[in-house]
Amino acid sequence: MFKFIVRRILGFIPVILSVAAITFFASKAIPGGPFDFAGDRSLPEEVVKNLEAKYHLDWPGWKQFTSYMIGDELTIFRTKHEIDDVNVFIEGDKAIVNGNVMLLDNKTLCKESGYIVYGGFTIFDLDTEACGTSQGVIRGDLGPSFRYRARTVNDIINETLPLSAQLGLWSILVGLIIGIPAGIVAALHQNTIWDYLATFVAVMGVSIPSMVLGPVLIVIFANNLGWFPVAQWGAKPPYFENMFLTPGFDWINYFSHAILPVLTLGTGISAVFARLTRASMLQIIREDFIRTARAKGLHEQVVIWRHALRNSLIPVVTILGPLAASLVTGTLIVEQIFGLNGLGKHFVQSISNRDYALVLGTTLLFAVLLVISNLFVDIMYAWLDPRIRLE
Amino acid sequence: MASEGTTAKGAITRKPRSLLWDSVNRLQKNYLAVGSLVFLALLVIVALAAPFISSGDYANQSLKHNYVVRSWMLGFMPETASPPTIVTEDGSRIKPEGDIVGYANVVTGSDYPLGGDDLGRDLWTRTVYGARISLIIALVASTVSLVVGTIYGLFSGYLGGMTDNIMMRFVDFLYGFPFLIVVILSQVYFKALSNRTSGEGFGQMIIDLNNAMGGVLFMFIAIGLVNWLGLARITRGQVLALRETEYVHAAKAVGAKTGRIVFRHILPNIIGTLIIVETLAIPGYIFTEAFLSFIGLGVNAPTPSWGIMIADAAATIRSYPHILLPPSIALTLTALTLQFILSKNGIEQPTYSPIIKPVPFQQIA
Amino acid sequence: MAKEKEKDVLLHVENLKMYFPITKGIIFQKHVGDVKAADDLTFDIYRGETLGLVGESGCGKSTTGRAILQLYTPTAGKVIFRDADGDRDLAQTSGETLRRLRRQIQMIFQDPYASLNPRMTVGSIVSEPLEVHNIDNSAKRLKRVRELLNIVGLNPYFINRYPHEFSGGQRQRIGIARALALNPDFIVCDEPISALDVSIQAQVINLLEDLQDKFGLTYLFIAHDLSVVRHISDRIAVMYLGKIVELTESDELYANPLHPYTEALLSAVPIPDPAIEKKRQRIILEGDVPSPANPPQGCNFSTRCPKFIEGKCDTKDPAFQEVQPGHWVACYLYEGVHK
Repeated sequence: MFKFIVRRILGFIPVILSVAAITFFASKAIPGGPFDFAGDRSLPEEVVKNLEAKYHLDWPGWKQFTSYMIGDELTIFRTKHEIDDVNVFIEGDKAIVNGNVMLLDNKTLCKESGYIVYGGFTIFDLDTEACGTSQGVIRGDLGPSFRYRARTVNDIINETLPLSAQLGLWSILVGLIIGIPAGIVAALHQNTIWDYLATFVAVMGVSIPSMVLGPVLIVIFANNLGWFPVAQWGAKPPYFENMFLTPGFDWINYFSHAILPVLTLGTGISAVFARLTRASMLQIIREDFIRTARAKGLHEQVVIWRHALRNSLIPVVTILGPLAASLVTGTLIVEQIFGLNGLGKHFVQSISNRDYALVLGTTLLFAVLLVISNLFVDIMYAWLDPRIRLE
Repeated sequence: MASEGTTAKGAITRKPRSLLWDSVNRLQKNYLAVGSLVFLALLVIVALAAPFISSGDYANQSLKHNYVVRSWMLGFMPETASPPTIVTEDGSRIKPEGDIVGYANVVTGSDYPLGGDDLGRDLWTRTVYGARISLIIALVASTVSLVVGTIYGLFSGYLGGMTDNIMMRFVDFLYGFPFLIVVILSQVYFKALSNRTSGEGFGQMIIDLNNAMGGVLFMFIAIGLVNWLGLARITRGQVLALRETEYVHAAKAVGAKTGRIVFRHILPNIIGTLIIVETLAIPGYIFTEAFLSFIGLGVNAPTPSWGIMIADAAATIRSYPHILLPPSIALTLTALTLQFILSKNGIEQPTYSPIIKPVPFQQIA
Repeated sequence: MAKEKEKDVLLHVENLKMYFPITKGIIFQKHVGDVKAADDLTFDIYRGETLGLVGESGCGKSTTGRAILQLYTPTAGKVIFRDADGDRDLAQTSGETLRRLRRQIQMIFQDPYASLNPRMTVGSIVSEPLEVHNIDNSAKRLKRVRELLNIVGLNPYFINRYPHEFSGGQRQRIGIARALALNPDFIVCDEPISALDVSIQAQVINLLEDLQDKFGLTYLFIAHDLSVVRHISDRIAVMYLGKIVELTESDELYANPLHPYTEALLSAVPIPDPAIEKKRQRIILEGDVPSPANPPQGCNFSTRCPKFIEGKCDTKDPAFQEVQPGHWVACYLYEGVHK
């Protein structure tokens, strides 16, 4: 077992590496770069060049990739001030930053006078302090974000992943709690009203996409009935400390915020789980070993719980792996509809923004979670079906 | 079937029937599936007849008509203090008589049968034209993936040996990639490409064609490209299985050539399965299109797609929930009826197969 | 029948080997061994006779049949087919030459449910050989198909039906019609009746015999049922684990089995006479058939042989030799016995 896990983890390394390489070069292949646009205006060429040099984007691709993976002298900067403190006016090739005029194509001037905000984005933040060099992915450092230049990719993930993970885990929990019992009931009472009801609801569940269900839930439960608030999460980071270590955490508030997004996600998951459980349960309870169990006089509940259930959960476990990985890393649509600051949006925005480090960071995170959850699934298999040996 | 009580004479003179005929016969007894088929047929007709049953101008903006509703929708609108006005057919606004309570402006006349959106575009027209996008995606993406997957799988399976091995390892490798990231990457890539307006040759022709189609073409490619993998695997598996069947051996024994064996004996026997597998993926394609459009990586504005419409509506849902309804109902009903048709007995789930990649959950969940 | 006939060899099989490689590895497949489905077979089939090939399932009978037909490419050996055009080694022919030769060699398959393409009508199944070899135009083909259906005892009205609309026996008749379509000289019957109901088996056997008389066919009749083989065959070859252990005329084999395996097989056949049946001594073989991937040292049967000679049977393969006129056996018990 231990050997199996070690071998699997070693086997992940080439997979993760190739995912990283292909994602990196694929995102590089997309025309355009991270500094092409600030807002909707384009930057002067000189500024773009400076920025690209700063982030080593002028290096050849393979060198960028290796330095990204194993670390290099690339300095990560952090801004000292909030961006809002600065007044900037752009006029032709001149910029007036807090009263200082500087030429946009002049590096020295830029370096002396702080940062420039162009089109609402920081394009060159010199009032920064170096907080260390990029350590490389192998040391857990995912590098600086090209777009959110006050933050590193690690910062962004730390900020947004916990919320997405909570949302995802609650949804899976809802899916398991509703879906599996519904599937079992439907299978055990096949062709009764319970079965039809459960399967009908399940078909509805997979047919209503979250982009429809979410707004509908908002209209009904937030707008018309006014039961639940929308937009915002009922807890503040650091979540674990605030929720479990601080006395007096408002759980009611937490769940009233969580319930609509969790239901939006959880309905579809329950439906999928219910269908899978029903189908496999129906198949299992027709097997000879179940008939034998009944024939030898076992109580029906023992037959179902001890003999049938474990086997019928295998399909559910199979999809649980990829499902968990994709839910925990954020569900863009639900987060957008409910106005939650989750990781989901970065999967799309990072690619649109050509924020290469963030693209790689999110993809790697997803890939790692995927292989880990698949490993977990394999271990679950062995537990559910002792014939499966982990070798 | 054993219970067929035909006389010997009847058995001889009755018409021959194929497997297809048998299954059509079975389908007829399933009312839910038949009803769903009728709905989908209507949807196809609506999509085809879109210019005739709507104003035809899905991009027409009229600021006088932004957020307009029909009077029967008023009960559904959130209550506010500001009195509504009525936009008449000639565009002038009048104060309503009686006690109409509601926020939005009411429209009269035959235009805007379902109200207008934030830019004053006709929701009915946009929904009807949106059906075109969804149906075209369903048709073309599934065809692309069916054709590519089948050809790839046929080659791999029939050639066998080292070729097969390499071809399948390639598929396995692509399979390991997160589906959504690949689609997003390729869509962003195509979007960046389609900004190029000056160019020459075939590439530019495709880009122009895509832009003329409202960005649908590249979406076909992006969705179709990542979805042929499962089908290639299934095709190959089926070819391997059928290659050793007795009727293929029999065909070989009578001296049939490879082409005849593949296209006369193997393909006809697996194409049914392949089409079924592919149709099972169709709701996924429709959702993927809606998803991509929702996140702004789908069709180009102002081409209407249900996904874009829902995304627009979701932004103003607290004040104008009526914008949400037409595309939502259309999308949900389409998915629902497809499910009813695709699943056994209408409400049972389609056969679960581990080789069929489950629809990515960002779309269904 | 064959006894009086001058021995006119139609098919000569020499040192035929059919090995299926066992490989390991995902990308670079390493050859780690072979399943020896047919190992060094040598025999003749005479024109107009029926050669029965018996053995338990998995012994390589069907593989032998298919290797003769070149449905599998033999690993080694010769399959020489002799007709008016002279001798041709099927194992050395391929492509168009082989395709042309296939007109003379046909096959009837074991499973009538699997051997007919479910997507094709009976008419197109039976006319496929004609189409493949561009024989006649479509009207003549249709006529020929009707004629063939008549010959095998099916109503030509069924021409547009699909295979799933027929019973097993009817399907097997369709398979036979297909095999006859090209007027072949030689037909490999690969357990043509094993998948059929006992009541139907006799009909099909009789049909095959009638056809043989009518068209002067030569059969290689593969079966695992000794009584059926005895009924139809002129000569019988007994196979065990990829090798032919005994080959002789059918009556001789039943009267005077030489190989211990043949003895054991025959002892298992019930005799339809209660008096004799009572006295029948069954030889019960111990153990299982070894894996053809890993056959035992020496004689393949040595692990189960009741007459096992230590130091001899487990060292080297016994030669397959003619110990009496027309009676071939591969066993050390008959070493030095000459015809």
